[in-house]
Amino acid sequence: MNKPLNKMAVQATINGEPTAFLCSPGQVLADVLRDELELIGTKIGCNTGDCGACSVLVNDRLVCACLVLAAEIEGQAVQTIEGVAEGGVLHPVQQKLLEHAGLQCGICTPGVVVAAKALIEHNPNPTEEQARYWLAGNLCRCTGYDKIIRAVLDAAQQMREEAAV
Amino acid sequence: MNAYQEFSIIGSRPVRPDGLDKVTGRARYGADLNMQGQIYGHIVRSPHAHAIIESIDTSQALATEGVLAVMTGADLPEPGDSVLGGGEGAIALKDLSPMVMSQGKVLFHSQAVAAVAATSPELAAQAAALIEVSYQVLPAVTDMHEALGADAPILHADRFPDGFPEEPTNLAAHISLEVGEPDAAFERADVVIEQTYSVPMCHQGYIEPHACVARVDAAGQVDLWCSTQGHFMVAQYTAALTGIDVGKVKVTASEIGGGFGGKTTVYLEPLAVVLAQKSGRPVKMIMDRGDVFRVTGPAPGAQTRVKLGATQDGQLVAADVECVMDSGAYSGNPASFPAFMATACYKLTDARSTGRAVYTNKPKIHAYRAPSVPQVTLGFELAMTELAAELGMDPLAFRLKNAVEEGDVNMMGAPYNRIGLRECLEVASNHAHYKAPVAEGEGRGVAAGYWINAGLQSSATLNVLSDGHLSILTGSPDIGGSRASMALMAAEVLGIPFEHIHPQIAATDAVGHCDVTGGSRTTLATGQAVIQAAEQCVAEMCRRAAAEWEVEAGVVTWSQGAAHYGEQSLTFEALARRAGTMGGPLTFSSSLTASSAAPSFGVHICDAKVDKETGRTTITRYTTIQDAGKAIHPAYVEGQMQGGAAQGIGWALNEEYLYDENGVLQNAGFLDYRIPVASDLPFIDTVIVEVPNPLHPFGVKGVGEVPIVPPMPAVAEAVYQSAGVRLRDMPLNPPKIVAALQEQ
Repeated sequence: MNKPLNKMAVQATINGEPTAFLCSPGQVLADVLRDELELIGTKIGCNTGDCGACSVLVNDRLVCACLVLAAEIEGQAVQTIEGVAEGGVLHPVQQKLLEHAGLQCGICTPGVVVAAKALIEHNPNPTEEQARYWLAGNLCRCTGYDKIIRAVLDAAQQMREEAAV
Repeated sequence: MNAYQEFSIIGSRPVRPDGLDKVTGRARYGADLNMQGQIYGHIVRSPHAHAIIESIDTSQALATEGVLAVMTGADLPEPGDSVLGGGEGAIALKDLSPMVMSQGKVLFHSQAVAAVAATSPELAAQAAALIEVSYQVLPAVTDMHEALGADAPILHADRFPDGFPEEPTNLAAHISLEVGEPDAAFERADVVIEQTYSVPMCHQGYIEPHACVARVDAAGQVDLWCSTQGHFMVAQYTAALTGIDVGKVKVTASEIGGGFGGKTTVYLEPLAVVLAQKSGRPVKMIMDRGDVFRVTGPAPGAQTRVKLGATQDGQLVAADVECVMDSGAYSGNPASFPAFMATACYKLTDARSTGRAVYTNKPKIHAYRAPSVPQVTLGFELAMTELAAELGMDPLAFRLKNAVEEGDVNMMGAPYNRIGLRECLEVASNHAHYKAPVAEGEGRGVAAGYWINAGLQSSATLNVLSDGHLSILTGSPDIGGSRASMALMAAEVLGIPFEHIHPQIAATDAVGHCDVTGGSRTTLATGQAVIQAAEQCVAEMCRRAAAEWEVEAGVVTWSQGAAHYGEQSLTFEALARRAGTMGGPLTFSSSLTASSAAPSFGVHICDAKVDKETGRTTITRYTTIQDAGKAIHPAYVEGQMQGGAAQGIGWALNEEYLYDENGVLQNAGFLDYRIPVASDLPFIDTVIVEVPNPLHPFGVKGVGEVPIVPPMPAVAEAVYQSAGVRLRDMPLNPPKIVAALQEQ
């Protein structure tokens, strides 16, 4: 039987803050974020990388935190949903999701926010089709995606307009 | 006549009160609460779909360091013959208890047989593997038609539905309804169509797995936190299943990450409570995604035979509907709703509708959005479309000619009040989508749908805060934005700003009873309790203002958030600030059993394009039209319409439970049970029709469920029109379409 108390020490940057934690060798990043660091905004819907509720950025790369071993992020930078609103100001994706009613139960919302923000950073002017394919890994069972896609396209447009000023 | 005719804030689209928490990740769902000193539960599940448990040896697990409790079905009291209400319909304890944990016999794969609680999730899982269960394996039957065969293994040898008393069968329930003389009426028909349609078992597919944490203190008081559509139901069910007095069970509803009917029962909660009792420590349990698919309430698969007759001028004269539904391992009674609702959209004075439910070695079915009605509606509505084609009529015109309206009676003999089916059909007929030509290579389908909608019990308490803000407490978990609708309704009555209202979902010990958030009832019924409590608040504030002005209370009026008499006025805020000296705290409660429920109707238009090489179907345009009575927050009404349509499209094109010959689910995960993703769907257009419900002060009708009813027949017809092959068995996945095209 594995010894559950066999822990590794890991140092990483989480939402811009230097952070140290202990994890077991097999523990995934999603569990560490939620259980060790109390960052419960990262949701677990499947634990197999199929639903996208645990979407986070590791060194600006969009990943499912349930598929990343926590030990792998030694020395890396992780951004979670808790790091999206800067200084208490909502990111345009968050604001537009609220305005468009782009959430119902809200369990997929943190993952959608993280993924959509990454989309716009990657492609400031996404088409509807590009947004749909980028977000195809973020399952939502409530909305039919209509208002999510509208919110993301609206947020991208607002950010382009702000950047042009 | 509705008590409120004109609205100032109802119908606007403010940002929901709980929105900020949800977009920033602060909202707490079932798995997001930890209790001090908590340990972790893990369930041992049956590797067989049908078996007798000969013995369970828990000694090795119990002897493992860090394991603090072990339980089996023997730790649950004998269920007896009691029947529980409070969920989505009544359920017998003898069906609920073994579904939560087997007591001697296993009837479906992965059924819980034992559980362990240990100091870490890993340790609990390792210890669970040390529990030795000895099974006598029995042959399993997962196909409902085979289950009705003479040599099928019998799941419940002790059950005899009325009218079938001779020998045990797998028939779980049957119902037969008839109005007029259908057999004679078919003689009057110029055209008769008879076809059989089928829909597979599928899952609600909520993204949040079931999760809870339970504490039992030294006095036996239970404190339970869980993701549920009804925490009063959880308290009642958990108490009944564990033998604990319901008064000792406090349940707090977490934010809920989707339910769609699937969270109107309990799975983990009673087990967590028993493990907490035994260990003396809080116990947290989170269900694995695979187990969510394997053991929690799928929607029943169904086969429906539909026979319809019409005269040459398009008058429906007779209908005969026979629906067989898969109940899974225990009774979920899926037969009565389709029997009663199959014909609900149309004027039929001569009709027969029968339903049968069948036991199979699969998980007990559970409610999924308009339970059992999408299944029978696939058959009825697709038959309507096929019949319209035979008559050479436009499918919407054919429906409009036969649509029910106020005064018509349904199969149960109950007359319809002010309903909006005709209005929806007219909007659909005139909609730009329907008027647009069908694009080259594409097909178009339309369908209507009905759902009864529930009223049930609700309570609300309003507390006026000292600065003129208002807190609203209800016991209805908010699954799709209902806190926003509660705040809007209170704001409308009181005339205070939406932003000053703080709606919350209170625990079972902090507010009056509320039945589950289900049956599309929360905005209607809990909203009505909020309206009534707000009206009490207005009356009391007018009374206080009258006392201040030394006039009769009857002469004081309330408008724009203030009491008025002549030139004098006192605002809500002023009355709140001075409450202490004008009569004391302002707190108002209302509880009711809502008798105001009214049915919903919807009409969907679907354009689809089938790639004849790959068999893949793309939905190219989709429009939903629905009577909402009065849309309190239109964006969330549209959200229900779009979400229900998406679920129905998924069921039509791809979703199905696949079992192997041993009764093991083969696609128990989101990779293989693929729900629609963003790139599978177009924008889903919505038209909200408002035919006010005369029984409700604001005219509200439930909106949540009916949107999943029309999609399957609408999509199926669009696929037929595009591909040129008529398929009547869902899902219309690529292999099925390719096979049909090759056969052609």
